Amino acid sequence: MELLKTDIIDNIAQITITGNYVKQDFPNDLLLDISQKQIKGIKVVFEKLDDWDSSLLALLYALSKTAKESKRSFEMKNEPLGIKKLLELSFAVSSVQNLTNSEDKGFLYNFGQTALTAYESLRRGATFALENIRNFFSSLVYPKAMRKVDVLFALQECGPKAMPIVLLISFMVGLILAFVGAVQLQVFGAEVYVASLVTIGMTRIMGAIMVGIIMAGRTGASFAATIGTMQVNEEIDALRTMGVSVNEFLVLPRMLAIVLVMPILTMFADFSGMMGGLSVGVLALDIPFGEYVKHALNAWYLKHFLVGVFHAFVFGFIIALCGCYFGINAGKNADSVGKATTNAVVYAIVWMIVATGIITLCLQRMGI
Amino acid sequence: MNNILIKSKNLTVGYGEKILLKNADFEVKKGDIFVIMGGSGCGKSSLLKVLTGLMEPLEGSFELFGIDYKKANDTKKFLLKQKTGILYQSGALFSSMTLYENVAMPLNQYTSYSDKTIEELVRLKLALVGLSGYEDYYPAEISGGMKKRAGLARALALDPRIVYFDEPSAGLDPISSARLDELMLEISANLGTTLVVVTHELESIFTIANNSIYLDSQTKTITASGNPHEILKNPPNERVFQFLTRGKNNEKGTE
Repeated sequence: MELLKTDIIDNIAQITITGNYVKQDFPNDLLLDISQKQIKGIKVVFEKLDDWDSSLLALLYALSKTAKESKRSFEMKNEPLGIKKLLELSFAVSSVQNLTNSEDKGFLYNFGQTALTAYESLRRGATFALENIRNFFSSLVYPKAMRKVDVLFALQECGPKAMPIVLLISFMVGLILAFVGAVQLQVFGAEVYVASLVTIGMTRIMGAIMVGIIMAGRTGASFAATIGTMQVNEEIDALRTMGVSVNEFLVLPRMLAIVLVMPILTMFADFSGMMGGLSVGVLALDIPFGEYVKHALNAWYLKHFLVGVFHAFVFGFIIALCGCYFGINAGKNADSVGKATTNAVVYAIVWMIVATGIITLCLQRMGI
Repeated sequence: MNNILIKSKNLTVGYGEKILLKNADFEVKKGDIFVIMGGSGCGKSSLLKVLTGLMEPLEGSFELFGIDYKKANDTKKFLLKQKTGILYQSGALFSSMTLYENVAMPLNQYTSYSDKTIEELVRLKLALVGLSGYEDYYPAEISGGMKKRAGLARALALDPRIVYFDEPSAGLDPISSARLDELMLEISANLGTTLVVVTHELESIFTIANNSIYLDSQTKTITASGNPHEILKNPPNERVFQFLTRGKNNEKGTE
């Protein structure tokens, strides 16, 4: 049985609806057809309508809206009371037309806005970093608002719990360095210098970089997610209204913990990486154990070791600052916590690489 | 024809050892605006969690559309869930989706409607709750009251036979709260939808409810049931009377 029938009577489109109008697809062709016709109005007649649901209501709403927009009349005959009431309800609040969130104002405007936003982010980030670094050093002398238990908890999270993954990854990196180095050194019959390569590589920079990347992904992300969720739950607003410094209460314990732990983790990573190199040297390259250790110790310089530890110290600041900054500045919804976590990791890695470049340049100029 | 949509049988609700409500028996009839009321901590929201299948009852069971929910298999439960909608306290809109996408989601998931039909249905549902024109807005860009109305539009997307409301007035100003009450009455009257509302807002209770139960946190049972106006006329005990009068008519000085 046909549910919809259209006739043109006296220049008015008459749509007759009959039967069970339930779960019907929207008759888009009918609407297009009507909107193109030269008619004065639309009339909907209900004949023996048994049952109906939202699909009928959606059709009537669209017809009525089309009629209104094209200044044609719209009327219904024999309509059930529920339909009449619900249609009235749909039009009770006038539609907010042309509400757009992002009005395109042209390339120059957008470029300017982007530049201003970038400048503002940089300024806020720098202010945040400076204030927290100052807090860090002054906390070594003056007591702060933080809870000591938070530092211990963060120390446990950043230290012992991160150790297994740091040792594993560093061991693998040492192993890879040794293999890659051996390929070239074997050409000159100098594979024994793999020991020197791995020792210098790991202690000077690779140990610190690997720990930095692991900790940015593991701990920096965790800082951002925890603080971001606190932002969603309005806990940070509560701290602010209580007059408690968010930087001292939330950022400082995490920063103290990670800055303290990073150099220690790096020392372990250095050692683990050297063990990776040793296993390749002894097992794959057939270098005698004593010979390998002798060359490794010869290549071990305190200055390389201290350069690596210094890198780790700087990376600790970067990871804590990025994690906490993006957490505190997260929005008030679940999506923003995800974005904050991603930003915390990405920015921490980018800034670590930038810092490495700057430190390397400075050290080269100083002849270290 | 069976007019009873929900029938609970000796329902005991709680968490592990902690019982919040025991041996609850009640019925929700087709077209009812059924209010579950009671003081804080009496188990209203937990009961709602049981009825919506988010939590298992400790004992007893309930029938939904004549089917024992506890005994129903996953496919049956899945089909039953499509006949119900829920509006959470905060609206529980998906923050990464626009209002249009939020309302369209259940239609995309559960129906085979064409894109155009879904579009028209979403526009209708948003217009019904007074949010026409806000289709492209994200939840973070609208007010708390609008979030609730958008949540209601999503709950109504599939033309459910029952819509559950968890504290619909919470966090709303009196005018927004009254508008939401009116909207609920209109929807119930004109779409024939049965509403199950968890609330302790007296204004709402007396405006919308035609049937109710009172959960007593001390006895952990249902101590009153029926039309709230009737309950107020003949309160079964002092605590119910105190609750329905906001403790203003404390003649006996108890509580």
